[in-house]
Amino acid sequence: MLRILIICFVILLPNKLLALIEVDITRGNLNPLPIAVSPLSIDENSRKNFEKILNKKDIGSEIAKVVENNLKTSGLFNPLNKDAFLQAPEIANLKPRFEDWNLIKAQALITGKVNFVEEKLRVEFRLWDVLAGKEMMALAFTTVPNNWRRVGHIITDKVYERLTGEKGYFDTRIIYVAEEGPKTRRIKKLAIMDQDGANNKFLTLGNELVLTPRFNPTSQMVTYLSYFKNLPRVYLLDIETGMQEVVGDFPGMTFAPRFSPDGKKIIMSFAKDGNSDIYTMDLENRIVEKITNHPSIDTSPSYSPNGKYICFNSDRSGYQQIYIMKSDGTGVKRISFGKGLYGTPVWSPRGDLIAFTKLHKGKFYIGVMRTDGSGERLLTENFYQEAPSWSPNGRVLIFYRETETDDKGEGFSAKLWSIDLTGYNERLVNTPTDASDPSWSSLLSN
Amino acid sequence: MKLLFSCEKVIKRNIDQGAIMKLNKILKNAFLIVVACVALSACATSKKSGQMQGDVYTGTDTVEYLASGVPDRVFFATNESVLTTASRETLRKQAAWLRKNSNITIVLEGHADERGTREYNLALGERRANAAKDYLMTYGISSDRISVLSYGKERPVDSGSNPLAWSKNRRSVTVKAN
Repeated sequence: MLRILIICFVILLPNKLLALIEVDITRGNLNPLPIAVSPLSIDENSRKNFEKILNKKDIGSEIAKVVENNLKTSGLFNPLNKDAFLQAPEIANLKPRFEDWNLIKAQALITGKVNFVEEKLRVEFRLWDVLAGKEMMALAFTTVPNNWRRVGHIITDKVYERLTGEKGYFDTRIIYVAEEGPKTRRIKKLAIMDQDGANNKFLTLGNELVLTPRFNPTSQMVTYLSYFKNLPRVYLLDIETGMQEVVGDFPGMTFAPRFSPDGKKIIMSFAKDGNSDIYTMDLENRIVEKITNHPSIDTSPSYSPNGKYICFNSDRSGYQQIYIMKSDGTGVKRISFGKGLYGTPVWSPRGDLIAFTKLHKGKFYIGVMRTDGSGERLLTENFYQEAPSWSPNGRVLIFYRETETDDKGEGFSAKLWSIDLTGYNERLVNTPTDASDPSWSSLLSN
Repeated sequence: MKLLFSCEKVIKRNIDQGAIMKLNKILKNAFLIVVACVALSACATSKKSGQMQGDVYTGTDTVEYLASGVPDRVFFATNESVLTTASRETLRKQAAWLRKNSNITIVLEGHADERGTREYNLALGERRANAAKDYLMTYGISSDRISVLSYGKERPVDSGSNPLAWSKNRRSVTVKAN
């Protein structure tokens, strides 16, 4: 499914020194950059061919819409209304009349062209600095027509990277648990979708309870917890083939799985006689190692991006708190000391922060702290929310939030939300059903 | 109201000193009765919606029975896996019933309320079920007959978002496995 070929070549190398516009991502989205996304131009013959294959009237505008929506949800850009555009797409792509774009206050402009070439989709796009009157970037991609949405995501990633100086996160997917039915008899299925909610697909049927799916950062594998045959165990699932297997041979519940950054190990908890400890299993030689050894609950482990450290939560102090240790289990150190309970620590892909869930005075928070526990910042407060997962560039967190029920127990819902590291730009992530336990993939194309 | 009204009548009829003393006594009694009524009604309401001691559920709404007089579940305080006096009594009844029915095997299903992170709650459910298992074992039930299964917060019995609902959900339920 993902074995697609995206050929990408640079038409013109951009000169970074000439660029005037820059997007500051360290602060909030108070001044999103006004950007014009011109519909990608398309010749009549190509248009007809794609209409036949993809059942889309104008694939050029559709791709532009994907880009526009991505830019908007990032919170850093303000895509301008197309009705105000003065220049036709095909002319703008050749040489924009910068005065026209300046007039509608666009600071950056994206133009492009779509062609049908040997049964394939060829897309070229250009990013223009309107104020400087210069081209900043020009790229072309060729792929199978069905990948048209991914082309939109890749264009967004390139534009985002060019304007912010950081890698994007748009050509990515989210795996999560789709939920249906009453709270007391919830049916849960694994589901996967593009980062923008498109191409949603269910991966299990809902016959058994499934929880906490997590992507392998290096492949199309997923690890998750399944109650298959009423035996809660960590499983490994290959999304491409649908093959799955139990991880290890444990005489009891294994849970809270995650991959190591190199994708070669699974780290998880194993519960026995009321005591949960952290274990790893090497996926190549199947060797199991016990990492923590303490008569308390040790769970929710997550590796640092260099694989040298592990953060986890434990109630060894009497209450659930966050700890870090070396990857061999030595040097355990508590890092959360604020008021309340702390759980679900997840190490940022940039390595400098740990995201967590906090419970204090009956409210739940998603927050971040430095890896030594200093600089705690709470990003959002709610009745119930937990389980943050980082975007691959470490700028955005996705998590799930549950609503309070009324006296009759009605009104429950579980939804995915995303928020910027800055605490700005909190957004509902649309899913066809209720949803929880999101996990963000790495960039599919690099 | 009736009582106060009759008091007024008394005032009108008796104007001497002795009568006033009597009136004071009547008023005092009336006051005591009112206080008692308020206290009683307060008791009635707490019995209706309370069903909790500390934050441990003590009611019977959700309880089922393994056999006559043998409740199937025990309840826990928030974040705790310590067995209360009532829980231990329930488990002793279960142990007696299991000793009488030596062919029966059981699953102890441990649960947590919705006010905790999913993964921690899985571990907490397991810890609660094991607290029940350990107690049954001290009363002579072989560990071969007991298996443990944690559902964390995945299978609440009460879908309410209030302390009473949460107290019903913090439980270990003994389920016949055969």
